[in-house]
Amino acid sequence: MPHTFISGAKGEKPRSDLRAKFTPSNKPLSISINSTVKRMYGQNILSQAQSVYQELQIKTGELEIEDFGALPFVIAARIESVIKQAFTDLRQESLPPIKDFCLGNSTRDRFRRSRLYLPGNQPKLMLNAGIHNPDGIILDLEDAVSPAEKEDTRYVVRNALRSVDFFGAERMVRINQGEPGLKDLEFVVPHNVHLILIPKVEDAEAIKNVDAKISEISAECRRKTPVFLMPIIESGSGVLKALEIAEASPNIVAIAIGLEDYTADIGVQRTDEGIESFFARSMLINAARAAGIQAIDTVYSDVANEAGLRASVQEAKTLGFDGKGCIHPRQIRPIHEEFAPTQSEIEKAQKIVAAYNEAEKKGLGVVSLGSKMVDPPVVKRALRTVKLSEEL
Amino acid sequence: MEQLVKNAAGRLVPTVVNGVKQTPFQGVGKYKPSGKKAAPPIRSCSEYPADGNKIIKSLKDALLKCGLQDGMTISSHHHFRNGDLVMNQVFDIAAKEGIKGLRWFPSAAFPCHKPVIDHIKNGVVDWVEGSLNGPLGDNASHGNMNGTAVLRSHGGRWQAIQDGEVHIDIAVIAAPTADAFGNATGDRGPSACGLLGFGLADSMYADKVIVVTDNLVHFPCVPWQIQGQNVDYVVVLDKVGEPEKIVSGTTQLTKSPDRLHIAELTAKFVRKAGILKDGFSFQAGAGGTALAFAIFLKEMMKDEGIKARFIRGGSTRYLVEMLEEGLTDFILDGQTFDLEGVRSMRENFGHINTSPFTSYNWHGKGNFASMLDVVVLGATEVDVNFNANVVTHSDGRMLHGIGGWQNCLFSKCTILPIPAFRNRIPVIVDKVTTLVGPGELVDVIVTERGIAINPLRKDLIRATKNSGLPIRKIEEIKAEIDDLIGGQPAKPELDDEVVGIVKWVDGTVIDSIFKIAD
Repeated sequence: MPHTFISGAKGEKPRSDLRAKFTPSNKPLSISINSTVKRMYGQNILSQAQSVYQELQIKTGELEIEDFGALPFVIAARIESVIKQAFTDLRQESLPPIKDFCLGNSTRDRFRRSRLYLPGNQPKLMLNAGIHNPDGIILDLEDAVSPAEKEDTRYVVRNALRSVDFFGAERMVRINQGEPGLKDLEFVVPHNVHLILIPKVEDAEAIKNVDAKISEISAECRRKTPVFLMPIIESGSGVLKALEIAEASPNIVAIAIGLEDYTADIGVQRTDEGIESFFARSMLINAARAAGIQAIDTVYSDVANEAGLRASVQEAKTLGFDGKGCIHPRQIRPIHEEFAPTQSEIEKAQKIVAAYNEAEKKGLGVVSLGSKMVDPPVVKRALRTVKLSEEL
Repeated sequence: MEQLVKNAAGRLVPTVVNGVKQTPFQGVGKYKPSGKKAAPPIRSCSEYPADGNKIIKSLKDALLKCGLQDGMTISSHHHFRNGDLVMNQVFDIAAKEGIKGLRWFPSAAFPCHKPVIDHIKNGVVDWVEGSLNGPLGDNASHGNMNGTAVLRSHGGRWQAIQDGEVHIDIAVIAAPTADAFGNATGDRGPSACGLLGFGLADSMYADKVIVVTDNLVHFPCVPWQIQGQNVDYVVVLDKVGEPEKIVSGTTQLTKSPDRLHIAELTAKFVRKAGILKDGFSFQAGAGGTALAFAIFLKEMMKDEGIKARFIRGGSTRYLVEMLEEGLTDFILDGQTFDLEGVRSMRENFGHINTSPFTSYNWHGKGNFASMLDVVVLGATEVDVNFNANVVTHSDGRMLHGIGGWQNCLFSKCTILPIPAFRNRIPVIVDKVTTLVGPGELVDVIVTERGIAINPLRKDLIRATKNSGLPIRKIEEIKAEIDDLIGGQPAKPELDDEVVGIVKWVDGTVIDSIFKIAD
């Protein structure tokens, strides 16, 4: 009995996805298609399947497609994935052409108030994620994806990076821990990912491995722009080495805390008040400031509780965090609103910026407001506050 | 094959349908009716019991007393939506009596009427003439009726009855509460559904009228939404409808972040365009996005201290809250979409029972729909000229009724908040599969990818020019989506056989629905 390989959508009624079954054989390639949009896209799906085969130079076997309105980049990913399960040595790739809107760059110190996690194997959630204007979109290869789907998901994430408009959000991917994470990088670094989230970082070593692998892939694919890094600290030992981690690579632009795993690690329950994580969060912020990078707070997981989210963001802001994770688009706006500077903060910052501009113009080395001297970090923070207020 | 002619919208339409001569669409407001309205036969009190007791012991007896025979037109209303328990019984009785060739003329049919497909197969029912939701529509799309489907708006149905285009032999009016004289109301009783406006014309113009109730009260039944003076017989059954099924999926608030985004953009548009002001009026129908729109609008009204003069229903609990919080003086209601709407209609002075005559009928001396400041509607497809479709899907299947949709297009500002694509299928197309609403009446499309204003509405373009809203050309949004979904879908393979026609509000034929090639 020949083995059948399967990729793609799970469950009864998926949307915007497809399931592909491939049975290798010596017979010439046959393709059967069932689709919820067969009347409209049946022919289109068939010719796309054929062209994926051609690119991968496979001429035999039996492919069964069950489609639920998948977009072309998903169709290509699922088919390539199922074929590569069968032909593990295949080097060719079937890449959708990269869209112009996928080519923009990011900057070190851009705002990272909100970053929206999307499971890497749920393409339907990616299509319109950008319209909700998060600062960053994370295609997750790690916790949101079951071990059995990890490999399959890489193709979807790779193709999404080349095909989906994130409307200016920073293009982020969370890779897996350790060796599988390094393999993940091969699927994203050549495709203009802006930032890599590295989970469960315990020391500088983990960062150095990722950095080295990125350099290697970048050289190979002639990528010129840096790939920014955001280590996530999720354990007691990670917290104690926060500074070492924050300084482990010049590509690190932010450091984040994951409290779900952290509280489990130190053996306490997470509470609404968050006393149990105060030390860890403070430690992280101080390390971030020392390293000159951003500090990003954990996600708020009770999607329906907007008041709770707002309180949590207020607290994060008070502690000194620059951003917060989110798991649903409706969390984005409350996060941005709560991180927005208050009117008095804006006015104060505007005065400092005016004084700074004045000093620049006069060629003075020192910025002063009235009789008080203003230190450079304060000026920097004021510039940021003014920019943030303009953003809203 | 019947002969098709090109109408003023460039669509091919038949000139005779089900043996009745048709007038092709001539353009918006162009067709001028003439003559007198239709009327039912004159009756005498001497033919009816003086004590007012018109009760007949069974539905079958009532139908036979009405002279049920082959080829008759039987009408019904759809206030129970998917919870109607009466009409399947009517056709079962007709089948047992060996009746053939009936025309069913409901204001709308729902999935619960799927058994009627068997009666079409066995010849009891020739065809269904009314909004076809779900399986009956699908069945008709495949050419499985012995007649052509005729789709009308709520206003168009009144117009057709009033103008004598459709003559009803027997009207069957399911009523949640009635007295023995035939006075009936929908706002109370164990099967309360709110109102009975969709059955009102039937009660006034049909030859014979049967009121079927499961809650008989002593005379007088008040309010008498249906007047006993129009009623021939009253039948009491154990249960006429399942009110919990009045609340269909289309009346649930959306949870989708994309739909919420569209709804909020729509509300913002209404505000920025200057429509949101004291004493204004709006209509937002069923459908999750329309409901969410009403909620966003409500917040804006509260923020700015603005109050509406009236809101047009379908009412839902969200509209009822606005009425009870004093954010509107009136709800002018055509149908209640949930049980809170039913309660409010019973209890609130400002919750008014209306009919397609007052709200929608085009052949009258004005109607409410054109007085609305803004209306929010759905659509299955819109083309780059703003022509819209609400009855067929892009694969050609006829799956939805028109409802009040066409009638509402006459509001001062018609907005269609719609997702730019649904599961790979684009909503903005080159040419709509079926033309239901002419582009000149569709003012604004709001999608998650931006807002497109009809170039004819220079006033709206001007009013929202520096609003910060994402206003774009419709072609630009279309191009963006086409790129994402890998091009426009293949057009469905359709037969030349016409399986349905779409009437415009004036009774002319605006488009044909063709059989799907299998």
